[in-house]
Amino acid sequence: MTLLETKHLTREFGGVIAVNDVDFIVTEGLVTGLIGPNGAGKTTLFNQITGVDKPTSGSIFFDGKEITGLPAWKISRMGIARTFQNIRLYRELTAVENVMMGLHFKVGESPFHNRFQQAIKSYIFASRENREVYSKAMEWLRFFDIDQSAQEFARNLPYGTQRELEIARALAAGPKLLFLDEPAAGMNPAETEHLMHVVDKIRSLGVTVVLIEHDMKLVMNICDQITVLNFGMKIADGTPNEIKKDKAVIEAYLGREEE
Amino acid sequence: MLNFFQLILIYSGVYAMMAIGQNCITGYTGMLSLCHAGFFCIGSYATAIMCKTMGLSFWLSLPVAAIAAGIIGFLIGVPTLRLKGDYLCIATLGLGEIIRNVATNINPVGYNSIPRVTLFGYQFASRNKLAFIVLIWVFVLIFYLLFQRLAHSRIGRAMTAVREDEVAAASNGINVTAYKIISFVLGAAVGGVAGCFQTAYTLTVQPASYTFMVSVMVLCTVVLGGMGNGKAVILGAFIIQFISYFPQLTGLTNVIPAQAKQIIFGLILVVMMIWRPQGLLGRDKFRYGDPRTFSERVSDTFRRKGKGGAV
Ligand SMILES: Nc1ncnc2c1ncn2[C@@H]1O[C@H](COP(=O)(O)OP(=O)(O)OP(=O)(O)O)[C@@H](O)[C@H]1O
Ligand SMILES: [Mg+2]
Repeated sequence: MTLLETKHLTREFGGVIAVNDVDFIVTEGLVTGLIGPNGAGKTTLFNQITGVDKPTSGSIFFDGKEITGLPAWKISRMGIARTFQNIRLYRELTAVENVMMGLHFKVGESPFHNRFQQAIKSYIFASRENREVYSKAMEWLRFFDIDQSAQEFARNLPYGTQRELEIARALAAGPKLLFLDEPAAGMNPAETEHLMHVVDKIRSLGVTVVLIEHDMKLVMNICDQITVLNFGMKIADGTPNEIKKDKAVIEAYLGREEE
Repeated sequence: MLNFFQLILIYSGVYAMMAIGQNCITGYTGMLSLCHAGFFCIGSYATAIMCKTMGLSFWLSLPVAAIAAGIIGFLIGVPTLRLKGDYLCIATLGLGEIIRNVATNINPVGYNSIPRVTLFGYQFASRNKLAFIVLIWVFVLIFYLLFQRLAHSRIGRAMTAVREDEVAAASNGINVTAYKIISFVLGAAVGGVAGCFQTAYTLTVQPASYTFMVSVMVLCTVVLGGMGNGKAVILGAFIIQFISYFPQLTGLTNVIPAQAKQIIFGLILVVMMIWRPQGLLGRDKFRYGDPRTFSERVSDTFRRKGKGGAV
């Protein structure tokens, strides 16, 4: 079943067409890889879908609803979470506080109260709510086995842990769809290996994953489906085996990599 | 000398209240706004007009001042809060001055001999400083507790996220603009209430006392104490008022020029920004009221020791 679909999605920056008429499809339950050379428009595509930036034209459908041009906070509440290529943690907050932020709309909001009532309730029951958020955040840290760093400032954590923490924060919101922008960038081989287990864990939660990655071994190993971008255009999509054989892809990307 | 010491206690109460508001805006949410003098002005005028011209009670002017300052805060906030850093600072600075100019145009000479505050038949005379100290500090305590709770609630957490990284906050489902506006309006409202107490003590209101310098002093108070830390901000208010009244306190008014304090405030801002941006007291380690249970706290302590004391 299609969980997310973009139709003719285009984003221009001045003269540069970063994303050009892209039809991108994400199937529920699969791990989808998004690959392409530097500057191909992968991050830009993520930004359009997650509402960080608005598309020039085209449309985006998530879970049967159109989300084109909605603000990021609304999209995230509909069930799309993400991490960033250059990690965007709350650096001056502790690890556990970072995950607490990810729980923002999971605890303290109910469909039976309007915004104002919710605010008053959160204000009056602040400490009870805090304890609940805190213990849920700790559960997420334990899930990724980084709870021993709970009280450390995010900026002081090792690089690999920061990446995991960002994923934990994103997952805390209970998304249906998770976008990971180069999660293995800057990781050593051991950390990359560990990341594969992390992705398996996320998959076991029933979360659909889309990941941008340059590490071909990683992509071919963990993705069920791959889409390839080049100069903002989609040049191929299919299973890892199909992509490996695809002429256009080899020319644009893999050929250069394997030399 | 005791006299000036009492005066410092009164004014540090008024500034502590303003600083609590500024802290909500700058400390919690990270918006560099410079128009607290404007909100202060609105509160002072509200009390002056209501008590003097309309003959109403001071206590009635408190909520009116808070609401009026809040509404003006909302009107200023909606167009300007999309601006970042320096731009927001300049825009709010301009709007703060506009408030003062409007006040000047309403009544250029200000108000004099405003009726005294009475409570259960007791009259707060300006001569009786002790009574004022109690009155103002009771309210500082109330606002301190209210805002401390705000900081430690879900709303405060969202504000912190906005301060730390707006893009990440939005991706966590936080409505950045809404929280900025909430924070600005609440901060403005306390600024207004501080104005009421200023009027209640001095019993006069002059547009000239709500200049840009007041906003700088309030910002200075917050930066000096520690942004986002409620206790620190109150400490900051003491220090700033102490510096302000230092010449009178020591009887050196002839030696130390009045402009000296402006230079000192400027220096404090610069020095703190460079060497200790977190302020004298820094931030609370557990901003969210240490949500850990006792046993978690104990086990965290031991675990940290086991690792060789790394925090
Ligand atoms: N905000 C922006 N303003 C102007 N140009 C931009 C902006 N963001 C991206 N671009 C341009 O759009 C193109 C695609 O960038 P994008 O970051 O999406 O590539 P990418 O596929 O993620 O590359 P990488 O693998 O290096 O992360 C690049 O040419 C980039 O310079
Ligand atoms: Mg990128």
